[in-house]
Amino acid sequence: MNAAPLLQIENLHAEIDGKAILRGVDLAIERGQVHAIMGPNGSGKSTLAYILAGKDGYDITSGRILFKGEDLADMDVETRARAGLFLGFQYPVAIEGIATISFLKEAVNARRAASGKDKLDAVEFLKQVRSLASQLSFDESMLKRYINLGFSGGEKKRAEILQMLLLEPVLAVLDETDSGLDVDALKTVATGIESLRSPERAMLLITHYQRLLQHVRPDRVHIMAKGSILRSGGPELAQKVEDGGYAEFQQAAQA
Amino acid sequence: MPPLAQQTVDTVERLRDERKKYDFFTDIESDKAPKGLNEDIIRFISAKKQEPEWLLEWRMRAYQRWLKMSEPDWARVAHPPIDYQDLYYYAAPKSNADRPKSLDEVDPELLRTYEKLGIPLAEQEILAGVAVDAVFDSVSVATTFKEKLREVGVIFSSFSEAVQEHPELVRRYLGSVVPYSDNFFATLNSAVFTDGSFVYIPEGVRCPMELSTYFRINEANTGQFERTLIIAEKDSYVSYLEGCTAPQRDENQLHAAVVELVALENAEIKYSTVQNWYPGDAEGKGGIYNFVTKRGDCRGDRSKISWTQVETGSAITWKYPSCILRGDDSVGEFYSIAIANNRQQIDSGTKMLHLGKNTSSRVISKGISAGRSSNCYRGLVSIHPKAESARNFTQCDSLLIGDATSAHTTPYIESKNPSALLEHEATTSRVSEEQLFYCRQRGIGEEEAVALIVNGFCREVLQKLPMEFAVEAQQLVGISLEGSIG
Ligand SMILES: Nc1ncnc2c1ncn2[C@@H]1O[C@H](COP(=O)(O)OP(=O)(O)OP(=O)(O)O)[C@@H](O)[C@H]1O
Ligand SMILES: [Mg+2]
Repeated sequence: MNAAPLLQIENLHAEIDGKAILRGVDLAIERGQVHAIMGPNGSGKSTLAYILAGKDGYDITSGRILFKGEDLADMDVETRARAGLFLGFQYPVAIEGIATISFLKEAVNARRAASGKDKLDAVEFLKQVRSLASQLSFDESMLKRYINLGFSGGEKKRAEILQMLLLEPVLAVLDETDSGLDVDALKTVATGIESLRSPERAMLLITHYQRLLQHVRPDRVHIMAKGSILRSGGPELAQKVEDGGYAEFQQAAQA
Repeated sequence: MPPLAQQTVDTVERLRDERKKYDFFTDIESDKAPKGLNEDIIRFISAKKQEPEWLLEWRMRAYQRWLKMSEPDWARVAHPPIDYQDLYYYAAPKSNADRPKSLDEVDPELLRTYEKLGIPLAEQEILAGVAVDAVFDSVSVATTFKEKLREVGVIFSSFSEAVQEHPELVRRYLGSVVPYSDNFFATLNSAVFTDGSFVYIPEGVRCPMELSTYFRINEANTGQFERTLIIAEKDSYVSYLEGCTAPQRDENQLHAAVVELVALENAEIKYSTVQNWYPGDAEGKGGIYNFVTKRGDCRGDRSKISWTQVETGSAITWKYPSCILRGDDSVGEFYSIAIANNRQQIDSGTKMLHLGKNTSSRVISKGISAGRSSNCYRGLVSIHPKAESARNFTQCDSLLIGDATSAHTTPYIESKNPSALLEHEATTSRVSEEQLFYCRQRGIGEEEAVALIVNGFCREVLQKLPMEFAVEAQQLVGISLEGSIG
């Protein structure tokens, strides 16, 4: 193995409709690491997550993103996903008429097909999904319901984590997966996230609260505001935010 | 003389007489009638089929009527004028010699599509028109099925065969739901139809299997003017499957089929169609014009007729499978998926005519429009004065892909009885960028994602299809939208 990080974001600038949203983001994540991004509303965290996943509608005006050493600019959304990049959505969308279980199967098989593998055996697949669902206290009856349709906030987040565990990504970007969860759900979800942690994988957790980070200890915490990273440090940064908000970081940046 | 021999003698004599009537076209052995439509051609078709006199007369009445009719112009479809004298109205089925000997001789592109649809090999052979003697498996399957049906007294044959074997049934019911004078295309069909299917379910019999045109596709080349007649006697049940998911090509551009269903007291007919005729190229050139008249008559009390259709092919589809709810407490259903891509034009819907008391009908229409297509739902719910306590529920949903397509919903409601309970819902939506992105982020390719979302949109109707059709139909929904994105 060489020393190149799993994810390397270099001086990333991005606009929507001519409006600058990201103004020079630099970030490197090694395999085995968990990073967290915190920052005020509207600072560009979700935008960064979407751009990593390859969503349309953003103009990258400068900088680049390397994933496993490859420039993401050359990969479309599904190619990135199949290469092991997973995005846990802040607001997962519903698809009417598609049972959750069918959606999961479709996703797993799409990935298998892309790497030349046969479809997963139906029985085997069901077994795997059931065991993950019970691990996440995701009620089995939910699997028959249309994906995300009428799911409560907490159910949607569990469904995202279920998908992540099933797809076993190399890099998981989780956008506020902890928001809207009750105390028990937070623990369950955190345990799920923690169970995927391994020397081969990395994670980027976008969060507003220190709570999640108490369960999933990050290696690095980054403070983002107005489209760039103001400060990076250890888990103690999260505590600082919790105690004093973002004012200190913003003042320091202006000074 | 025994009756059968007498019949043969009669037929031969009649044929001889008929032959004299052909002024310009005398060769009864010919495999193809010349272009054009006139009384001689109709006599030729009737003679070829060795039809009884009454049927020839019926055809002639239809023809005379047709001469005075003009093409309907109210549908939201456009095409260059059709020159009816420039068409062939009779061609014998292809002989084995002209057919491919095995799948190796079939267009690989076509085979790839069969594969995507998950069609079994034996059926692929039938569909690709491989010579009959090469298709051992499916033929023997068909034979076993036939025996099973005979045991319970179900008649399932080609229309021509029924005319020979059960003339009294054909005579009694032919045109009793769709009269020969019904509309321009049905009338044309009545004059020149060449073959089709005939089904008769005796009283109290529940047909032991889904009847599918697959099983007799070899026996008759049904051609462009197809005629189907299904009769379900008192307390009987039948599920009939028409068409197939595999793309079908045909040299004849104009198709004008007629389907008549008769459900007697407490009988139920479930009629499912998957239509995938050649839609033409991306510009719409060369596609089939599919002008179909389908109607079911719930003649008996408590009878039920359900139409389920998946329409993905043809350049133009003009089709309104309807129910006449004549018997008290009878039920009519129409479940439809109509997909228009590229330059395809669809004007389709249903008519629910409530005549009896406590009749109820349910209409679920899912229209999907992509490319530069046009997709129109046209439906009529009519409550007659005597239809006490009739109910209808109609739901029309349109899904748009891209922004160069058009979708229309044109519901007509006529209620002449104040006790009627009528509900109508309509929605129009788009395949959203957010949904596509979500699917693709999970590794699902763009086209598969569209197929998935559209399948979800159609779920309610897909569930109405018989099991063995449903899986193929799901694949078909995806395939027919290929290239609709990006
Ligand atoms: N499609 C869009 N058009 C215009 N502006 C947009 C669009 N999407 C995002 N923005 C703007 O970009 C900025 C960053 O938004 P983003 O969603 O990335 O913030 P965030 O850090 O995730 O906020 P939150 O903590 O509230 O989730 C905001 O000012 C937002 O209004
Ligand atoms: Mg956000």
